[in-house]
Amino acid sequence: MNHIVIIGNGIAGVTAARHIRKISAHKITIVSAEADYFFSRTALMYVYMGHMKFEHTQPYENNFWSKNKIDLIKDFVSHVDVENKRLHLSVGETIRYDSLIIATGSKPNKFGWPGQDLDGVTGLYHKQDLEYIEKYTLGCKRAVVVGGGLIGIELTEMLMSRNIPVTFLVREKSFWDMVLPQGESEMINRHILEHGIDLKLETGLKEILADENGRAKAVVTDKGETIACGIVGLTAGVSPNIDFLKGSGIEIARGVKVNRFLETNIKNIYAIGDCAEQHEGIGNRRPIEAVWYTGRMMGETVARNICGIPMKYNPGNWFNSAKFFDIEYQTYGWVWATPKENEEQFYWEHASKNICIRIAFEKYSRLFLGVNVFGIRVRHEIFDRILTDKRTVDYVIDNFDKVNFDPEFSTTYNNEIKDAFNQFIHTAKLIQL
Amino acid sequence: MINQVNSNSTTRADISEVSIKLKTAVGIGLIGLFILLLALLNVQLPYKTSWLAVALLSIIMGVVLYANEMYLNRPAGIKNDGLWFKSLTSRGMLGWSMGILLTSFYIVIYWYPQYLGLDEKNGNSGIVAFFDPFSKLLNGHAASQWFVYGTLYTVAILSFGYKFILKYRHNKYQIVRTISVMFFQLAFAFLIPEILSKLHPEKAYFAKDLKNMWPLNYYFFEDWHLKNLLDGGNLGMFMLLFGIAMIFIISPILTYFYGKRWYCSWVCGCGGLAETAGDSFRHLSDKSEKAWKFERWSIHLVLVFVFITTVAVIYSFLGSNPSYSIITRNTFAYIVSIFLAIVIGTLYFFKRKNMDKDAVYTMVSLGVVMLSVLLLNHFSGKENIFFFESYQLRSWYGFAIGAAFSGVIGVGFYPLLGSRVWCRFGCPMAAILGLQQRLFSKFRITTNGGQCISCGNCSNACEMGIDVRAYAQKGENIVRSSCVGCGICSAVCPRGVLKLENGKEEGRINSDAVLLGNDVDLLNILKQKK
Repeated sequence: MNHIVIIGNGIAGVTAARHIRKISAHKITIVSAEADYFFSRTALMYVYMGHMKFEHTQPYENNFWSKNKIDLIKDFVSHVDVENKRLHLSVGETIRYDSLIIATGSKPNKFGWPGQDLDGVTGLYHKQDLEYIEKYTLGCKRAVVVGGGLIGIELTEMLMSRNIPVTFLVREKSFWDMVLPQGESEMINRHILEHGIDLKLETGLKEILADENGRAKAVVTDKGETIACGIVGLTAGVSPNIDFLKGSGIEIARGVKVNRFLETNIKNIYAIGDCAEQHEGIGNRRPIEAVWYTGRMMGETVARNICGIPMKYNPGNWFNSAKFFDIEYQTYGWVWATPKENEEQFYWEHASKNICIRIAFEKYSRLFLGVNVFGIRVRHEIFDRILTDKRTVDYVIDNFDKVNFDPEFSTTYNNEIKDAFNQFIHTAKLIQL
Repeated sequence: MINQVNSNSTTRADISEVSIKLKTAVGIGLIGLFILLLALLNVQLPYKTSWLAVALLSIIMGVVLYANEMYLNRPAGIKNDGLWFKSLTSRGMLGWSMGILLTSFYIVIYWYPQYLGLDEKNGNSGIVAFFDPFSKLLNGHAASQWFVYGTLYTVAILSFGYKFILKYRHNKYQIVRTISVMFFQLAFAFLIPEILSKLHPEKAYFAKDLKNMWPLNYYFFEDWHLKNLLDGGNLGMFMLLFGIAMIFIISPILTYFYGKRWYCSWVCGCGGLAETAGDSFRHLSDKSEKAWKFERWSIHLVLVFVFITTVAVIYSFLGSNPSYSIITRNTFAYIVSIFLAIVIGTLYFFKRKNMDKDAVYTMVSLGVVMLSVLLLNHFSGKENIFFFESYQLRSWYGFAIGAAFSGVIGVGFYPLLGSRVWCRFGCPMAAILGLQQRLFSKFRITTNGGQCISCGNCSNACEMGIDVRAYAQKGENIVRSSCVGCGICSAVCPRGVLKLENGKEEGRINSDAVLLGNDVDLLNILKQKK
């Protein structure tokens, strides 16, 4: 029986612990300074908005951990001694491990903006961030959120739920346009405005101004505008939370370097989730993937590697999802913001509702490459099979009724989409199959 | 283009104005309630009919205006902001006060209706008298406390149903379902029975709500009710036969195809109130495993209780009213024994794999005990088939379950324990439908591959206290006997993970599901490992 220590109790670390427990009797310890129990990070916004209480974000009852013999330690790992296989903690005594899993997740990016460390300036990632936001939004007259990605729009939605007017600074031409193609991105722009948000596109942060108490009182944009505000959200992406590993001998770059077995350069030390960095990206994926699902998948994989059933981290077809205020988004396969040379993209948008779909496919073979759906729910299982079986775009269009996952009685747009597709094929002068 | 729009959108649209309109709406509703309070205090209002109309319309208008202001001036979508902050909906002072008020109201209505002004001998006073003209108009009689209650109940379902429709106006399943509960309450539970009794003024009372079947309507087989049905002419006979067909034919077929939701969240009056007026309290249900264990004991014990009470009541009815009886006591004892043996035998031989061990054990031992008691008493010629006097059994049931549980706790405790306490812990109808839903039905909630982020919105919204997330995050279908198919878990899911479906029975329960993501068959690996 080995002692397996996991640093971090997020989805990656906890999935690893659960799967190790499923297939072995090893002693398992999870160390986290953030929270007593695993909670769903993505649900923090709902706590602030009053949809749920914090304890509702905890997917397992508190006795789950002792029942499954998973020890929890609330402490901060200050240093890893790889020679003696020991973890040094901020408060408690050192812990000896046989295998170590680093699953410490991310931290919000800061790009050296003047005033970025003032009081009232925050990211949105940790449970502590939520408490911080709670404190600084008390009596707040306006908030400024910087960064046009998924966390930025979530923070904006949160603040609006408390009737705090928000100015949303997005450096890009259009919301999240490095990921979303123009049609989708502009739909989200309109939806953001529909919710009464002061969206400023192509506007970056220049500096944050302090009042006499060292608290943020305004931001200055790169367009020279000064916006008075009580809280500033910095949500310009995240990067691996691995500062404590510097000098430990564990190879790090932006993240902890791992091979396909999620092993670091040091034997019996693994890294998973947001903080892990592949030597090179797998397929079209990036070397660092800060996504809930990949964290979970790496947790499943590392558990098997630790239990002596070697398995490469082999993520299947790409998928992701999000919700932008009221618009749900799902994606399967790869849809690039700008189609690659051999690719074609078919796009259909509802005339008045926030519903659209984009299908990417290979121009000549008609091979289906990926899909974005907004305001329509689709079945993961079927799109996963379509991608694996290498079906054509025509197959997807013909079978679109089978992939729908909307609630019963929902209006479907299968015929409109089909007609639009035929029209598209016609005008794009592609071969009618 | 976008920058031009900006100047108008820097603040949220007219927060203060909205709140004034909301206040006005609440005010109008409260005036309606105040008029009813005056009537309760025996203030003699002239033109009773008009004042009653003003009161009820004010209540409806108040809710309608409130809902319009709340939901119509912002984009359609999930509207749960501040749910756990507001005093009313988070067991705060307002929630407690409302719970106590409602509970007191139920205690009075069940056991002290005279305080509401009910007086069958000398004529009503108070709020019951206030409803007399309306009652006479509908059914030809003076009002009873139940007429007052039925009217207010209907008003609540209609007005809060409207609110619910606006709240979920982006979701057609919710709209259709809510129109259905509003319709069944207004027509089947309220208007049709009242009008039918006006058309047959000479007949003694019997239940005329076609959808309110045994065992939810526990007095259906009581001697007085059977007599009134049998004396009730064609209508009585129809109600008797339809009631029996509902139990043994219509309900099992519908539940097989659609799950228990066809009843619990589309038709039933208790469910109707829970889904409309109770919607703001749905998240207060206890999601713990402990609560689930308690639920399984309590609801099935109520089912056993109503079963033996009903058998005992019919048994003694057959003995003391041979003239009414189509069958003899003997035949009845045999029919019940065979029925019990078949039901438990079928469950044991075909479905025990789908049930927990302790459930199978409990079911079989209870079945054996009931059968032996029944046959023992029958063959020793006892008057009471289950030891106790049948009238005693049924008065206990009526008090403890029919009144205290379903009314006082069931609705009175909405703001404290959630809107489905009765449906979850006590309703024997829900127990029967649930058993069928779990074991013989096409209904399930399908989960969508690997898209779950374990956020917990689904579990939070589940009025039946099902930990939906526990299934969703494992990619398992949700096949639970308690699920009433309201569909709110699916509605609030931010990632499109849940869908209510009727499909093939095969593979419906998939407790060894594997989440999509890794490109490897984890299931096979796990199986090899085992």
